Amino acid sequence: MTAIADPMAVAKGHTDSAAERRRVLDQDWQKLLKVGAILAFGQVFIALSGMPVSFDRRLIIDPILSLGYLSLLWLPLVVGYAVGREQALEGMTAYAKGGREVLAGAITGVLGNLGLTLLVVGITHFDIRDPLVNWSPQLLELLEFEQSVWFGAFVWLGIGAATGAAGGGLHWVGARNRRTVITVLAAVSSAAVLESVITDLAQGFHIEAVADWLYAPKRGLTSPAAAVVAGATILAVTGISALRAKAADRQEIAAEADRPESGSTRGLRLSPRRLAGFAVTVAAVIVLPLFLGRLTNELLANVGLFILLALGLNIIVGLAGILDLGYVAFFAVGGYSVAVLTSPGSPRFSPEMPWIGALFIAMLLAGLVGLFIGAPVIRMRGDYLAVVTLGFGEIIRILLLSDWLSGTFNGAQGIINIPGVEIFGLATVRGFEPRSVLYLVLFFCAIAIYVSWRLENSRIGRAWMAIREDESVAEAMGVDTVSAKLMAFVTGAVLGSFSGAILSAKVGSIFPHSFAIIVSIVILVVVIFGGMGNIAGVIAGAAVLIGVLGGPNQPGLLQEFAEFKILIYGALLVWMMLQRSEGLIPSVRRARELHSDELNQDAWLRAQTDEADDGRNPGVLGGNGPRP
Amino acid sequence: MQLTAKQRTRVDWFLTILRIAALVVIGAGLLAFVAQVVDSNNPFARWANPDAINLTGKQFRDLVVAGLAQGAMYGLIALGYSMVYGVLGFINFAHGEVFMIGAVTGAITSSKLAEAGAWEDNFVLCLLLVVVLSMVVCTITAVIMERVAYRPLRGKPRLIPLITSIGVSFFLQNFILVLLGPGTKTYPRMPEWLTEKRTFLEIQGTRLLVLAVAAVAMVGLWYLVERTKTGKAMRAVAEDAEIASLMGIDVNRVIVKTFAVGGAMAGVAGILWGLLFNSVLHTAGFLPGIKAFSAAVVGGIGNLGGSMAGGLTIGVAESLGPLVILEPLGVSGPSQLRDAVAFSVLIIVLLVRPSGIFGERLPSEERT
Repeated sequence: MTAIADPMAVAKGHTDSAAERRRVLDQDWQKLLKVGAILAFGQVFIALSGMPVSFDRRLIIDPILSLGYLSLLWLPLVVGYAVGREQALEGMTAYAKGGREVLAGAITGVLGNLGLTLLVVGITHFDIRDPLVNWSPQLLELLEFEQSVWFGAFVWLGIGAATGAAGGGLHWVGARNRRTVITVLAAVSSAAVLESVITDLAQGFHIEAVADWLYAPKRGLTSPAAAVVAGATILAVTGISALRAKAADRQEIAAEADRPESGSTRGLRLSPRRLAGFAVTVAAVIVLPLFLGRLTNELLANVGLFILLALGLNIIVGLAGILDLGYVAFFAVGGYSVAVLTSPGSPRFSPEMPWIGALFIAMLLAGLVGLFIGAPVIRMRGDYLAVVTLGFGEIIRILLLSDWLSGTFNGAQGIINIPGVEIFGLATVRGFEPRSVLYLVLFFCAIAIYVSWRLENSRIGRAWMAIREDESVAEAMGVDTVSAKLMAFVTGAVLGSFSGAILSAKVGSIFPHSFAIIVSIVILVVVIFGGMGNIAGVIAGAAVLIGVLGGPNQPGLLQEFAEFKILIYGALLVWMMLQRSEGLIPSVRRARELHSDELNQDAWLRAQTDEADDGRNPGVLGGNGPRP
Repeated sequence: MQLTAKQRTRVDWFLTILRIAALVVIGAGLLAFVAQVVDSNNPFARWANPDAINLTGKQFRDLVVAGLAQGAMYGLIALGYSMVYGVLGFINFAHGEVFMIGAVTGAITSSKLAEAGAWEDNFVLCLLLVVVLSMVVCTITAVIMERVAYRPLRGKPRLIPLITSIGVSFFLQNFILVLLGPGTKTYPRMPEWLTEKRTFLEIQGTRLLVLAVAAVAMVGLWYLVERTKTGKAMRAVAEDAEIASLMGIDVNRVIVKTFAVGGAMAGVAGILWGLLFNSVLHTAGFLPGIKAFSAAVVGGIGNLGGSMAGGLTIGVAESLGPLVILEPLGVSGPSQLRDAVAFSVLIIVLLVRPSGIFGERLPSEERT
């Protein structure tokens, strides 16, 4: 950390808006060395994990950039940015950012890519392919750009310097430009990632020419298309921010008066603008599948299944604060009860039921299993509860797999020939018609969203949130914690069973191995990533994660990620917990709970400064306020 | 949690029924087993399972020894869970992966040693080297894990580090998967003199070796915790971190040391896994990890002797349970249910005696 010896500088940091700039060479060398070394390990790990080689065929921007190289470029950029970031706490000088940060980024980038350079040299001289499977000639070829070793080695140093400096430069350009740059990067990469969806849409609307122009035949955006996407994003960002600034001036007072109401528990009253937005979304969701091809509909159906699961788990984890790691059990109960009851291939129950009848029984069974699992664990400590629910989830999977119950569940062979869904003779939903499945999923998602939304603002929902915040206090306030928690289990279980029931009708067969622990964990990651306790957040989390990376057994848009999916989910979970434990779209109340200590500290600081300055200097926290 | 008469709800009745049901199933299974042993044509044995097969005395003893050997391994892993829970009050889910990394390290180094020809000639020395190396790797893994993932979360609500550790667990599992590939990593063949049945009660040599190594590790740990200054500091932090820091103990250092010691024990356990099963996969850590946590709970979390005893209990229960309780009750293919038995032991213990068999030792604010 930089010295804060000069009291004048401290005073200046608060009073002057134009803070002083440090000299370019005034670096914290030790920190740079440390971060550089960490970056080097990260880069070498990414290279040796096999990502660059197996992603190399997928192009992001046609001739220039493949996903393989991108996997080696993003980390220096991010670290280069992070190394220049410092939190100016109360009493410290907030310096202006500039050349110093650029240099710091460049140095860390070079140090980090030194790891890759050493790797290139290492691969040419040693062979340790025995334990490390990716220590391969293909990796070497990729790392030396199909040129010579030394060419590759030095180019990587150059790339490190450039990307690191670019990362550091993000500090220099100021907050607004930084946001623009990040949005542009995000837009271009999502345009590339969404290739199959956009092509599909273009075909649906008979504007194939657009897709042909956007995407190169070898997959990936063409360079002019990438430039146009970037340009359009810049225009859109600047346009929107200009509009926002204008609107903000006009509506400042109105918005402030509006805010507490919309955040309150009475969410029934919607402003006309929100209502219109809602109507448009609903219409789009209903109409859009008609224009989409099989692949995209299939993908969206998978996303929908996980939205259902995530909404169910959200009630247990997000609202009631019970960490259930065996949620897959309810998914399995739903899937298997429908399979056993409807399939002619199931060993027991030969008079087959229609799907809808089976669904009701599945719901009932799932509710009972929820009670059965919930009752013993409810009085346990939160962490014991997690392990015990995980154990229950495993026990159910083992039982489904066992010879003992194979008379009902057919053991490892699973149940096949599950018929589709007949909806009162009006329509049939079958797995090979993804569109019909998608509509079925959407219908149940709508139910789940409605149920979650109404429950959240109901008496029981408030009881859950009270339990989540402090169980003893909730009990003292007269909340019947036992039955409230059981209700959470049962509701979550029923929502999970919907998903299972649809899954078995969709796939047409069901096997015990689809219900491994990892499914519970992925659902948990979805809920946490999106924002525990927030319906919109959970939906967004499912759409982003399942849509892009894919579920535990389902491919996503980036099919290349299949073998790295769980690695990324694990890393993402850790990162979310460390950096943003309230999720992508946080629930207001949840965020407040998670950051209660920071809020308290803020309040304390505010009180202190108010006392000391007597309102003379209200900007202490305004300048470098609490991080989100 | 104390309950007054008024708070006895339907849930409590349900729990009582569950407890009784569990005991009845275990009791009936044991009875049927005894009936089988006495006379396999006995009406009770026939009634429960018409095609009852009788375990011979030798099979029974082999099962017990196999269970003890595996249990010793669980016990060593459980120590890591127990110590971390004692000091920080959260379940380090990723501890099972540390164990797996130890087993993988052992597989790689021992096969390299076997390639060089040293494994056969100088087995004891090689084994010692492999154990030490695995301990070092696991210690480093555990310390890095603490530094990166858990230290920033000190003082957050308890579920936050727990969720983080789940993420760490899956990250480490797949870290090994992507670096080393999906194939099984095998240990080289054990020398003949070890694998053949020894004259001592005709117990397989590797199992004896496993028990011996576990015992040595356990004694070493006991010495460290009970007889050294570091151990005293650990116990002090486990008792009350705040007071310990007031007494001049560097709590952060003690926590790092706790993770290191737990990691080292997991490293030893990893090699024991290799000795017992001869091969290891990247997923090998998860289930043993959960079972070891169960062992820590069964023995009373925070209680080191209890962890070992809990490990042995779980090991023997999952080895004997399917054949002694489930098979006599007429469950077909009972050995498939091993893992289910291990989890059931955890659930039953938590239902019947949540503080474990030997009582838990937790920081003052954790005791409820």
